[in-house]
Amino acid sequence: METYYDPKDLKKFGKIGEFQKPLADKFFAYYGEVFAEGALTAREKSLIALAVAHTVQCPYCIDAYSVDTLEKGCTEEEMMEAIHVAAAIRGGASLVHGVQMMNKVKELSM
Amino acid sequence: MKSLHALHHKLSDTDTQIEILEQGVEQKLGLPLFQKKMDDAGLFPLKPTSLDIFQVNLGKMCNQVCKHCHVDAGPDRKEIMTRETMEECLRALAVSDMNTVDMTGGAPEMNPHFRWFVEECRALGKHVIVRCNLTIIVANPKYHDLPEFYRKHNVEVVSSLPFYNADKTDRQRGTGVFKDSVRALKMLNEVGYGQEGTGLMLNLVYNPSGAFLPASQESLKRQFKRALKNEFDIEFNDLYAITNIPISRYLDYLISSGNFEGYMEKLVNSFNPVAAQGVMCRNTLSVSWDGYLFDCDFNQMLELPVASPAHQHIRDFDAQALMEREIVLNQHCYGCTAGAGSSCGGATA
Repeated sequence: METYYDPKDLKKFGKIGEFQKPLADKFFAYYGEVFAEGALTAREKSLIALAVAHTVQCPYCIDAYSVDTLEKGCTEEEMMEAIHVAAAIRGGASLVHGVQMMNKVKELSM
Repeated sequence: MKSLHALHHKLSDTDTQIEILEQGVEQKLGLPLFQKKMDDAGLFPLKPTSLDIFQVNLGKMCNQVCKHCHVDAGPDRKEIMTRETMEECLRALAVSDMNTVDMTGGAPEMNPHFRWFVEECRALGKHVIVRCNLTIIVANPKYHDLPEFYRKHNVEVVSSLPFYNADKTDRQRGTGVFKDSVRALKMLNEVGYGQEGTGLMLNLVYNPSGAFLPASQESLKRQFKRALKNEFDIEFNDLYAITNIPISRYLDYLISSGNFEGYMEKLVNSFNPVAAQGVMCRNTLSVSWDGYLFDCDFNQMLELPVASPAHQHIRDFDAQALMEREIVLNQHCYGCTAGAGSSCGGATA
């Protein structure tokens, strides 16, 4: 069955440079530095990436960072809590706009 | 749970395992065989650099049946080293420069001659490592004094603990293993193991509870130190991150869970020439329960003896001849060269 998303495409990510090498090289160099140990540990960064992957709902990123967080020794609880953080922010982002709705309703109401 | 051997499972046949690994890498995945990869890295044929570590497998008998066990050990395995073979090992040790005796199993402590063998190795002035599965210490009252025995003979204890919680540990090693391991670790701590200033070394082994590679050893060590201290007041010295080698029960797990090809692809694509240079088979000699010699414990379990036909048994030990041998390689070796590398002493790169 043909689909837009193919798990095998994740392994081809590095080949995006075929069409535009200089920008791809810069991106991957930047990407590598972002995820290196820094003020945040590589493990903490991996959990953030897992949460963001769910926010942007990227199947490739979810695949990659489910593996990466496991390999970095994260527990299932930590991984799910990270996703709840993403869900809470997404849900909160919708809900906080309720204040806008309330403002408008109050503006128009007697 | 029974061993593959007791179940007459097809993977209890080592030729079948080797065939599956070779076909998987070359035909299914279209990836280079390990020997080719080593040749490209200028490491074929692979030769020893020294003979430092004498790893003795005292037998396949064990009180646990871990899902990933490369030995296919368990209570139903009766193959254990006799005292006569141990004496042959001691004769070889006495005339060699190998300074470390690394005892493994199964549960080496279940061999009735274990304590005698430790004492004899120490009397020869050898550094002794025991790969203790922890739960054996609390399995039966006759083993409760093992921490004191280890302390008395200044044995280095290396113990598997795949994670610092019960969930992941028990999934890999069996129900209740984490709880018993914590109890055993506390007993080791009580006699001084892992405590600063005692010189009594207690090192833990992490290996992934699934079809993925281990994280950075240093990062895992920090996590384990923090979690075990905070939650259980347990101390240890070092942590070795070890990659699961795709043979025996772990191979069975990979195939039955649909992870075999993905795992092999990951191992091959993570080949690290620096790790390949430092593989443990270059300074280790492994002896089986019945006295045969191998380049490592994994080759032992695949029945791939040292490529030195006149010296394949400990009774024919000849350090010079064994130093000139070519190390036997196959596709499972990708497990030792992936990423940061893997050995019985942890990462190699």
